[in-house]
Amino acid sequence: MIARVTVYPRREILDPQGKAIRDALARVGFTGVEEVRAGKSFEIRLALDDRERAEQQLREMCRKLLANTVVEDYAVEILNGEQP
Amino acid sequence: MKCGVVVFPGSNCDHDVYHVWKHVLQQEATFLWHQDETLKDCDLVVLPGGFAYGDYLRAGALAALSPVMAAVKRHAAAGGLVLGICNGFQVLLEAGLLPGAMRRNASLRFECRDVWLRVERDDLPFTRGLRAGQLLRMPIAHAEGNYEDSPERLDALEAARLVAFRYTSPAGELDPAWNFNGAARAIAGICNPPGNVLGLMPHPERCAEEVLGNIDGLAILAAAAESLRSRPPLPPPREAAAPARLPATTAAAAALPAGR
Repeated sequence: MIARVTVYPRREILDPQGKAIRDALARVGFTGVEEVRAGKSFEIRLALDDRERAEQQLREMCRKLLANTVVEDYAVEILNGEQP
Repeated sequence: MKCGVVVFPGSNCDHDVYHVWKHVLQQEATFLWHQDETLKDCDLVVLPGGFAYGDYLRAGALAALSPVMAAVKRHAAAGGLVLGICNGFQVLLEAGLLPGAMRRNASLRFECRDVWLRVERDDLPFTRGLRAGQLLRMPIAHAEGNYEDSPERLDALEAARLVAFRYTSPAGELDPAWNFNGAARAIAGICNPPGNVLGLMPHPERCAEEVLGNIDGLAILAAAAESLRSRPPLPPPREAAAPARLPATTAAAAALPAGR
């Protein structure tokens, strides 16, 4: 099973990188971009068939290591065997 | 008074701390490897600056899970002195020994310059001999020193008087122009409620000798040495015991949520 974990700065926290990227997008003509949040994406291959257990494990991975929940949020997505 | 300087792969201020402790303060010093499971009877443990584990994932995140950190946590819980400088401060945050987190500097630049620090606590093992309100000039060198936490947790941190140092102007005033990384409430260093764990972004070990033109940093390491000299020895470490609870010194400290 392949999963994708996305970690990104919490909404209420200023993301200086995202802001700089938004400003750069405006400079190359994308003036309608209101906000960019810059985060990280992890592709994780799991030796598990049980989707629910996999999601549970992935969320625990986020809490324990992949995300710093003081400043970051995370999202977990099972790619259902599709190659990312 | 034995100081252990932890060496992670990527540490780069380890020798500076060792040098100040051993040759300037003339105390016993040793290096501790990140894979060590004991602290070799050190009285003070320093997590030095650098880029532990290449800052992979987040600064300090992987170092916080290394074997030596389990021993550092036991040492801290028993009241032992722990000092995290720059990357070492980031490791303390990721390990949950201090609250909060670091974000990329608001300037998006690696800030390498001298800053002014206002001493907020002069009653810590690391700040005795200083006085509250005193200004210190110290170098910073980091890309992620923009301290952050939720407003409620920042309020709890302040109410418990856990802010040890703040960035100020040369006149000692809070001024965004002199807070080069954009840290919340100009926080440059914080301690735990009992005061035996201190983390700060500036580098005291880089300004601890006359030959370097500035000795403002020496006071912090000298205070740690003096504190150790004048206090009773710690009980022997309880290896692999359940983590001891830190005593909360004030109601406000008790209200502070535990670190991650």
